[in-house]
Amino acid sequence: MDNKNKITVKDLNLYYGDHQALSNVALEIQEHQITALIGPSGCGKSTFLRTLNRMNDLIEGVRVEGQVLLDGKDIYGPDVDVVQLRKRVGMVFQRPNPFPMSVYDNVAYGPRIHGLKNKRRLDEIVEASLRAAALWDEVGDRLFRSALGLSGGQQQRLCIARLLAVEPEVVLMDEPTSALDPISTLRIEELLQELKNKYTIVIVTHNMQQAARVSDVTAFFLNGEIVEVGKTDQLFTKPRDKRTEDYITGRFG
Amino acid sequence: MSYRRNFDVELAELKQDILRMASLVEQSIYKAMEALLKQDPLMAKDVITGDDVVDRLRYEVESNCIRLIATQQPIARDLRVIVTGIKILINLERMGDHAVDIARAAMCVCGRMPAKALEKIPEMARRVQLMVKEGLDAYVHGDVEKARVMCAMDDEVDEIYNLTFQSLISYMEQNPHSIPCVVYLLLVTRYLERLADRATNIGEDVIYLVTGEWQELN
Repeated sequence: MDNKNKITVKDLNLYYGDHQALSNVALEIQEHQITALIGPSGCGKSTFLRTLNRMNDLIEGVRVEGQVLLDGKDIYGPDVDVVQLRKRVGMVFQRPNPFPMSVYDNVAYGPRIHGLKNKRRLDEIVEASLRAAALWDEVGDRLFRSALGLSGGQQQRLCIARLLAVEPEVVLMDEPTSALDPISTLRIEELLQELKNKYTIVIVTHNMQQAARVSDVTAFFLNGEIVEVGKTDQLFTKPRDKRTEDYITGRFG
Repeated sequence: MSYRRNFDVELAELKQDILRMASLVEQSIYKAMEALLKQDPLMAKDVITGDDVVDRLRYEVESNCIRLIATQQPIARDLRVIVTGIKILINLERMGDHAVDIARAAMCVCGRMPAKALEKIPEMARRVQLMVKEGLDAYVHGDVEKARVMCAMDDEVDEIYNLTFQSLISYMEQNPHSIPCVVYLLLVTRYLERLADRATNIGEDVIYLVTGEWQELN
């Protein structure tokens, strides 16, 4: 728990028009740790996740107050290049969303966008990324076939490989396994343990057992606020707040 | 509003099952001591045969706990309720065995026990029974303070145990012909001492159940 803070969120408020979706959220996200965000639907956890790489900017009428410091620098500052920010802080979504192109081109997409043309270098990145996403052994011999032919679990790992290809520092995951079968889910969970050595991971999940299994720190959101944040093993065995206990044990939600 | 009403019902039933087993064990301890003090072999036999029911209950309720873990994936307090439930079951089952041990000793000494040799054994038994009762009360009410007070009583039981142990040895030295009988009383004090330890285990389980903290009180 004594890793340095990768992201520090201070007094964060977010409004969709008149509706306040996040209230005074403060959270320290540590480097090389997996932070899980849990809470009932509509509690603000996905909204919060999206504030960490300014995905909410794309939604009309959103207003953000407060600070999100990435390595000490406010990502909502006036001189921030959002494209660069999203390269450093990447996101994996609920449903795998591979591009309708080959496995290779999916992974090479990001580096190419960022200007890389060297074929050999691209080959290296594609292989390294697919290996890091624990997918190489399954697709190494069909790199030039359509990514859409992969299974759901493979597609999700491909999306992770695509993200890793641009060498992010933080990986945000919004319910990355909710559309996957149990075996694919476990593969992703295993993968997360490997990835955390290199990256900082923040994951939104509705699956309590998943949060308990994979994360180091868990934050419980309710009505746009953080009710409790703590070490995962303590939060799931001995939550401090009655509302946390009620939620994780399924007494409301 | 709870979305887990069936689970809540099952947890409540688990507690009732444990208390049902606890009351059988309390009765066994009481009857075993009565059998010893009143030299009643029939009552002793009753305790020995009755233990099968306790053993069966333990496995039934324990299987139920395992099923709840597998199907409900309990966490936080729910998990503590089930884990402490299993631990209390095991302690109760062992306490039932100690009651049987005492009943067996009672049968061995029947008709030839020198009343004088009993010393403080009846008092020790009363304290142990009180500890068991207080421990179960603490469990029923989730009463941490009561559990602590009960566990503290173990020191007194240990003290009586040491004293009685010594005086039984003196008694045997002075009355060598009584040794084949009094040696069983020595065992009885040991069983009582172990019963008190089991009661403190239950006290520790109650504290964990309520607070989530393990405390060594024995």
